[in-house]
Parts: sequence; structure tokens; C-alpha cells
Amino acid sequence: MAKVETKTSLAKGDLRDVLREMLLIRRFEEKVEERFRAGELPGFLHVAIGQEACAVGVCRALEDGDIIASTHRAHGHTLAKGTHPNELMAELYGKAEGCSHGYGGSMHLYDVERGNMGANAVIGGGLPHVTGAALAFKMRGEPRVALAFFGDGATNIGTFHEALNLAQLWKVPAVFVLEDNHWAESTPESQHSPIRDLSDRAKAFGMKALKADGQDVEAVYKTTRQALDYARSGKGPVFVHLDCVRLHGHYIGDPQVYRDKDEARKLAETRDPITLLREKLAVSDEEFDELDAEVTEIVEASVDFAKNGTDPAPEDALKNIYA
Amino acid sequence: MPELSYREAVRDALATAMRQDDGVFILGEDIAEMGGSMGVTSGMLEEFGSERVRNTPISEMALAGAAIGAAMQGMRPVAEIMYEDFMTLAAEQVVNQAAKLRYMSGGQLTVPVVFRTQGGAGWSPGAQHAQQLEAWFVHIPGLKVVFASTPEDVRGLLWSSIYDDNPVVFFEHRTLYGIKGEVPEKIEPIPIGKARVHREGEDVTVIATGRLVHESLKAAEEAEKQGVSVEVVDPRTLQPLDEETLVASVKKTNRAVVAHEAVTRMGFGAEVASVIQYQAFDWLDAPIERVGAKFAPLPFAPVMEQFIVPHSDDVLAAIMRTVGRNGD
Ligand SMILES: Cc1ncc(C[n+]2csc(CCOP(=O)(O)OP(=O)(O)O)c2C)c(N)n1
Ligand SMILES: [Mg+2]
Repeated sequence: MAKVETKTSLAKGDLRDVLREMLLIRRFEEKVEERFRAGELPGFLHVAIGQEACAVGVCRALEDGDIIASTHRAHGHTLAKGTHPNELMAELYGKAEGCSHGYGGSMHLYDVERGNMGANAVIGGGLPHVTGAALAFKMRGEPRVALAFFGDGATNIGTFHEALNLAQLWKVPAVFVLEDNHWAESTPESQHSPIRDLSDRAKAFGMKALKADGQDVEAVYKTTRQALDYARSGKGPVFVHLDCVRLHGHYIGDPQVYRDKDEARKLAETRDPITLLREKLAVSDEEFDELDAEVTEIVEASVDFAKNGTDPAPEDALKNIYA
Repeated sequence: MPELSYREAVRDALATAMRQDDGVFILGEDIAEMGGSMGVTSGMLEEFGSERVRNTPISEMALAGAAIGAAMQGMRPVAEIMYEDFMTLAAEQVVNQAAKLRYMSGGQLTVPVVFRTQGGAGWSPGAQHAQQLEAWFVHIPGLKVVFASTPEDVRGLLWSSIYDDNPVVFFEHRTLYGIKGEVPEKIEPIPIGKARVHREGEDVTVIATGRLVHESLKAAEEAEKQGVSVEVVDPRTLQPLDEETLVASVKKTNRAVVAHEAVTRMGFGAEVASVIQYQAFDWLDAPIERVGAKFAPLPFAPVMEQFIVPHSDDVLAAIMRTVGRNGD
């Protein structure tokens, strides 16, 4: 997927490409749900359906050389950071061709060459790494930024507070992107945090905090761009608070007994980032169907690629333990 | 006798204790509306309310520590740590605080807290969601460590753990939640520190924990067909350890296999092997065999995961090595 030049907003042509990429991620994850339900995919999977604008808007704003650390909800981030759908799907099928060569799985997607330092199955696990990576960039005088994705639930774990404090103290070029979907598994935000504005947590460290509507990909892009410029210029880290929605369950198969059925339905009707962008660009049904057919083909091809992939040899499990 | 699943048995111990005792309460991530990520506490919010079925933020260190603080003030909290892997986040409070508070205070403090957690491989979650870390906690003076493998044991031992005046780390195995078994009509406490002989035999003793108890019972049946009589013993409590029962069994059979799902290196089985060789040295007719995971993190791809973790075949092979060396 082509990268945009350094600029503060997206041109109309770019936005069509953004729409296509968001749709690709959506169709990819729907396919993952379907294949999981069919019993083809092992393990434990979380989709980010409804949060595509965050992944795409943020990753589009990055420069080559910038790196990300992701979460357990990582498929969208991974695709948006440039991993080929074939390599991602192959990983979910546990194949050697996968982006983690079958060692990782959905919660451990890595693509180091493309600046993806990994998904993480431990909440908050990647946040200190981002502080440290940014420290390395600063020490070596490289104009690079390290960026972390994390959820609202993650703002309650120690590593979040420790990593942000350290980043601000050392003024490292890091960006901390909160994807605030207002749920941590079954726990609504009101039950996991006593404050209503989670960016207050960054402000407590004296960190610059920006906000954007996470369903509006243009706003996400612009805000991230601003944060990256600030961090890259040596002024210190930035906290980016994206207000977004989780349209599906916490994990694939989650019956969501804890959630009002109407909530997700209403959100899907009013806050679907793909619909919002499509309307903004006035994309006709015909045009949309064309895009859809195109990305669906890519997704189907990724499943074929994955199924025809190579199973690792059992003994491969003893490799890669030490460098 | 009624039949309960392992999951229901855990819930029954929790709920029964909560019904009879206001000081008992549970806390953990997603344990309320969702009933916990393994469904263990399902329905408990409705019965006991959100004061005593406390959903917590994702803050393992604080939730473990808050349970400790409440315990010091006379409550009997049971904290759920969603995955054993996250015990590493709670570890500061469990290891440096709970384990040592009584000691450091010269006997003034009592910390009757239980940390329930679960782990185990076989479903391909990858390296951070299925570790078996029980040995870490057995290494810490001041903690009791329980690892139950049947519905009856898990219920009776959880009951004893709740009413024990010491911090107890209570391990459950993920793949066992669905297994069913008969349990006594009324909860019968099972003493902490008492092993269970699952199957009597003459030739080899297999000492196994968690999922490997079931794998070992399968292996024992197979060995029987091949003319080898196997005794299977589950220590159930890893600390304190029922050395007497284990040693007596080995003195009878003269051969021992230790088996667990955790990696063999520095695993719980190493301690058991040491106890046996020291106390039953003259009775041993073969080196003690150890069965455990190969020395690797858990890989995602199922073929690799299956290769790393031990199965009944591995136990059977170990049993056969002990008799083979003896020329049987
Ligand atoms: C340390 C730790 N505790 C608990 C979990 C289990 N867990 C996985 S995702 C999750 C909720 C995360 O919520 P949030 O950070 O808001 O991200 P979201 O799932 O909404 O994307 C929890 C509790 C975990 N993976 N790591
Ligand atoms: Mg969330």
C-alpha cells in the first residue's frame, strides 16, 4: 500500500485508498471470524471490527523507520503497518510462511522489517518497550518515533503509568495511542476507571495530550501527524486519545452476555468508520461494490495462501529460543 | 453422590463459603457479569452482588495486594488472576509481601488469602497464555501451593485453602474445567499437604500433577496391558508436600516417574526426585524418570505446541524405561 508524503491532511485520492484499506481490514477480520468458527483457526483471537480508522489513520501518518507496538487486538495494526495479508493469514493458520513463522499466532504478530515490534498478549506489555525504543532513537540521534497502541483497560496497569512517566521524564520521541473503545473485555469503562477523561492520566505526567474521533480516519490521521511531528522535533512524547467503538465481542466467540444488544447495533448504524468515510466521499454503490470485490479477492487469496502453507516441523519448536 | 464438573466444583466451594461467611469475598478481572474468563464465577454476581463479587480493573499487582490488605484485616479474600502468566505481574505482592508478612512481623500478622489462577497448554494460545509456573511459587517460603486435578479435590482443597490462615496459591488447569466427577453431598475439606493415591500398583510409581495426572492414568492402563503395574499418586498440595505418601509408594514399587506439564528443568518434579532419592535411595531399582515440557516457550502452531508439552505416551515411555533398565 502506497505511503503518503509528509503532509498534515489526506487528499481525496488518498482517502479512496484509505477506504479500500479499511475495507480490506474489515473483510479480512470477518473472514478470520468465519474461519475460526469453522474450526480452522487454532488459538485465541480478537478482532478490531469498528476500529479500522484508528489502525489506518495512525499507520498512514507514520514515516518509514517509525515503529509500532501493538496489542492483543492486532490484525488491523499489522495490516496497516504493511504486512501482507498472506503473511498475516498464514500466521493465523500456524504456518511457517506467517509473519511470526508459526511461533506467534494472533496475539504475537511481529514484522520487524516493517517496523512492527509486535502484538502483545499481556496488557501493557509493549508500553515500556516503546519508551525504550524511543530512547534508543534519541541516543543515536535518529529522527524516528516509536508509537504504542493500547486500550482503555490498559491504562489501569502499572506498566502504563511507569512507561509514560519515564517517557516524559526522558523526553523521548514516543507517541502513545489510546484506542478508547470503552470496554475492557466485559468491563465497561465506568467500572474500571474513576475518571471520565482518560487523557487526564497523561496530563498527570505533564505529557502533551491530543484527542480525536477515532471513527473519523481523517481526524485520526491529522492528530497523529501532529503528535509525530511534535515527538520527532525533540519536544517529548505525546498522548493521543482516540474515541472509538468495538462493534463485536471481546474475542471471537464472545457471547457478550454483559452487553446491551442494542448498544452494538446502534453503534454499527451510526459509528461504523467505513460507512462514515464512504458517505463523506460520496462513494456510489457501484464503486463500493467494486472495491469490495477487489479486497474480498485479496482476502480469499490469503486464505488459499495460508492453507497451502507449510506446517513447521515439530522440532522447530526448539529453535529461536536463544540468539 | 452428585456429579460436578471441575468448574462447578470450584464455584461450589466459593459460593458455599460466601453463603456461610461474610468475610469471604472474591475479586478479579471480568469475574462479575461475564463470570470470569473461564466461567468459574458465572452467576455469582446475581447471588452475592457487586460488593462481594468485585470486578477489578486490569491491575494484577493492586488486586493481589488489596486482597492481601483485606486479609490482614481479617477478611478471607479469594483473588482470581485470570491467567497464570499474569501471576508474574502479581508476583511482587504475592512473593515479597504475602509470603513474608507473618515472618517479618514476628508472627503478628495473619494473611488468609487465596490466589486462584489457571493455566495450561493444548489450545494454541501462544507463549503468554498457557504457562505452568507452579514451581516459582513452591520456591517461596511462606506460601502454600495447591494444584488439584479432579472435581472432588479442587472443591475440598479450595475450601481448605479459603479457611487456611496462610496465603495459598491455588492452581487450576484450563483443560480440566469440563471434566466431571463425583463429589460428596456436602463439602468435605481435604487437608492441605495430603497426597492422593489414584491407582494402586506394584512395579512403578508415577507422581503427577494437574493434567498429567490424567495422562498418567491413561499411561498406567496401557502399561498394565503390557504387564507393568503402575501406581499413580497426585501430591495435590505442592507445598507442604506429603513426602511420606510419596516415599512409601516408591519403597513399595522401587521405581519412580515424576510428571508435570511445566518444563522439566527446575520443575516441581526435580524436588520430588530429590526427596525420593534421599529417602528411598536403597529401595530404588532404576534412576528416577522425569516427564515435563521440553525447554522452550509455548509455540503457537499446534504441531509445535503438541511437540513441546508432554502426553500420556511420554509418561508410558518413561515408565517403560524404568522397568527396561531393570531387565523386566
Ligand atoms: C496483564 C493482563 N491482564 C489481563 C489480561 C486479559 N485481557 C486481555 S484483553 C483484556 C481487556 C483489554 O482491554 P483494553 O485495554 O481496553 O483493550 P481492548 O480489548 O478493548 O482492545 C484483558 C483483561 C491480559 N491479557 N493481560
Ligand atoms: Mg477497550
